[in-house]
Amino acid sequence: MTEQFDVAVIGGGLLGCTTALFLARAGKRVVVVERRKNICTQATGVNTGNLSMMWTRPYLVPYAIEGRNMWATTSDWLGVDLGFRVRGGLKLAFTEAEAVDMQRDMGEARDGYGCPIEFLDGEAARRIEPALTPAVVRAAYCPLDGYANSLQTGRAFRRVLKRENIQLRLEAAPAALDCGDAGHTLHLPGRRLHARELVVAGGAWIEEILQLFGLSYPMLCRKSQVIVTERMPATFSTVISAALGILSLKQSDNGTVLIGGGWQGLGDPVRGPGQIVPENFIGNLRLAHYAIPALKSARIVRGWLGLEARAPDQQPLLGRVPGHARAWIIGAIDTGFTLGPALAKRLSAIMLGEAEEIAAFDPGRPMPPCPVQPLPVYADEL
Amino acid sequence: MGDYPATDPSEPVELVVIGAGPAGTAAAVAASRAGIDTLIIDEARTAGGQVYRALPPEMPVTNAAGLGPDHGVGERLRHELSASPVRAAFGHRVWHVAPGGWVRAVGPQGLKSWRAQRMIVATGTVERIMPFPGWTTPGVIGLAAATILVKAQQVLPGRAVVVAGCGPLVAAVAAAILKGGGQVAAIVDLAGPGEWLAAMPALASRPDLLARGIGWLGRIRAAGVPIFFRHTVISAEGTESVTAALLQPIDDTGRPRDGRSRRIEADAIVIGHGLVPSTDVTRLLRLDHAYVPERGGWVVIRDEVCRTSDKRVYVAGDGAGISGALAAEIEGKLGGLTAAFDLGRLDHATYEYAVTEARPTLHRARRFGNAMGRMMALRTGLLDVARTDTVVCRCEDVSRGEIEAALADGADDMNRLKSWTRCGMGPCQGRFCGAAAATLVARPAGGREAAGTWTARVPIRPVPYEAFVADYRYEDLPFFTAGH
Repeated sequence: MTEQFDVAVIGGGLLGCTTALFLARAGKRVVVVERRKNICTQATGVNTGNLSMMWTRPYLVPYAIEGRNMWATTSDWLGVDLGFRVRGGLKLAFTEAEAVDMQRDMGEARDGYGCPIEFLDGEAARRIEPALTPAVVRAAYCPLDGYANSLQTGRAFRRVLKRENIQLRLEAAPAALDCGDAGHTLHLPGRRLHARELVVAGGAWIEEILQLFGLSYPMLCRKSQVIVTERMPATFSTVISAALGILSLKQSDNGTVLIGGGWQGLGDPVRGPGQIVPENFIGNLRLAHYAIPALKSARIVRGWLGLEARAPDQQPLLGRVPGHARAWIIGAIDTGFTLGPALAKRLSAIMLGEAEEIAAFDPGRPMPPCPVQPLPVYADEL
Repeated sequence: MGDYPATDPSEPVELVVIGAGPAGTAAAVAASRAGIDTLIIDEARTAGGQVYRALPPEMPVTNAAGLGPDHGVGERLRHELSASPVRAAFGHRVWHVAPGGWVRAVGPQGLKSWRAQRMIVATGTVERIMPFPGWTTPGVIGLAAATILVKAQQVLPGRAVVVAGCGPLVAAVAAAILKGGGQVAAIVDLAGPGEWLAAMPALASRPDLLARGIGWLGRIRAAGVPIFFRHTVISAEGTESVTAALLQPIDDTGRPRDGRSRRIEADAIVIGHGLVPSTDVTRLLRLDHAYVPERGGWVVIRDEVCRTSDKRVYVAGDGAGISGALAAEIEGKLGGLTAAFDLGRLDHATYEYAVTEARPTLHRARRFGNAMGRMMALRTGLLDVARTDTVVCRCEDVSRGEIEAALADGADDMNRLKSWTRCGMGPCQGRFCGAAAATLVARPAGGREAAGTWTARVPIRPVPYEAFVADYRYEDLPFFTAGH
């Protein structure tokens, strides 16, 4: 027997679950298909939860602001407070050269996108954040920045999916897909689903899912490391990043400090998140310490990594599967935790005929060749 | 610029042994005698592990005979190690291992990195304590922890001590407290006399240890200590510190049953519900594991000579399942010889002779150790004494009720439980709460295999941030991902 749905969403992360939720609320009969034992276990559940208007590309800032506002109001649309906090964000330049680049990237480039950013000298930055190193020569400050609790996303979505009567199929990796005029038949272990429309929201596994359509769609995979300390006394309050773009740093409500910024570990979509790379682990800790010297008194308790997909042109994918009118892709979003809710809501609106497609995000756009990713000296650790 | 360092800073070595208890020490000595360039790493200042822990150097030995037979075995192992060509890195905490032989540690001279052709993991066990109301009250300490306190530090845990739990450590600790001049208010054994009787034939395979046990019992009897078989501590009374223990009879699973409960006044409760093999390193190395309750829980799958699912890695000692200290030493020797053989440095005949020679002693030792392991196997019914508000994860203050609420929301394995409740996220990294949390998850998940394990993470133990900072200059930071 084949179960019938209006929409089948492949991938139970933030993007898939949010898209499913808004479609279900518009009256669609929706199923979420997830290959793992639970939802939101990958990038959604393991990222730092930071919400920054300064980390995303300038033209994406409006979505970042909308996404942030959705995290601020999860009680309304998810039915649970997910620990949203406004802390203000500081992006730090440690050299004059970095300050010049930062001024361009955070200033002129962002003008007109609605992101309030103030430029401060080192002294003014230290008034906002006394724990900062004296080595800061200049900082960009955004009062909107903050964070939400990414760990709790899966639990929140499990509850809301159930409440909204959205079907969930766990441990259900699709083995095959038949596409026809009447829709799509998805072959899962031990069952088949038929849905008029499909949404591919498989995170780092999008490329693999698109193979079910017979498409070769090469993508990059980021394997970003995150490190957490033991609880420590309140040491700093802002969400900190660096002009060089490889630092993210904040102290959670519970006193633990989360350190990341995109230092790469080992892993790939086939074998999953593998292992941290010690030199990148240590480098990340040193850069964080350079920004906030008082971190030295903490203890490091855990490190991990999550996988994210990137399109070869580094722009998000949001639109139709090339050559398929009723199948959609959402993913490959840099700072996806911040932008995710807004872009997923937008996709649901497009599918419902309530919003325009976004040409710049069209998965069918011409792509540059996908570069070959470097292999580390530790390659055979995998 | 790429995403990764261009060079590997690791120092090459033929064999790294992690852990310098009886298994690791014997492994290192055996391999080095076969000509293998061997490095042994341990957090402690000397070899011996927990069972043969040396007295601190600040504490001169005035009465070696009074230290018991374990002290002599420890001294012999330490002597064998120092007389061997093994390179030792004591005072080093291994924080990262990876398949392929990479081992990273922090020590007094800072960060170290090695790459080994072969690795022997001998990381021993951690203590299991199932939570009960009041178990976080000051004055409640672990049985294995108390062993260290009493044996290696010669400090008594309290003036009037309830010694509770399972396995041989209960009697050993009680006897040691009496010998140190302390008072044992009661002994509370999960096992009944019948279980001890059933274990007797296996125990008789080690007459020396059996005689020691009889000696402990003699001392306990002579002191008139009340012994409660088939009982457990259902709660610890006291707010600032322990004032009394409440006892209740239990059934086969450890679940309290109807019967007379007793209140024993005490200022300390020493309690342990068995030992759990340490699989932090072996899980990071992604070796194959199986859940074997009578061996202590999740254990590495390995063969008689310590080979695992990764041909570069061997596992010896209690870390591969509870077998006891003597078996650990023999296993370690076999593991060291096997590594040497696999590296082509022992001829087949010599190797086979050594294995054949060791086999009968190993079987005898394992027979004893496995009997003890069975007595220390997890009795899941013990968890029934934990109330909704009883803390299970003491680092993150997560109660049984909070865990069960997460399970009801659909947390169906250990990692989801961790993510949704923070259980296991604190500085103990899930070592103290792991068995209790897994028992709770196993109920809706359908068993411990389905509940799974926490994903192994680095650092293997918490590391001071300062150790990673060391000396660096901003200009020299490896911005491998600057293209991001």
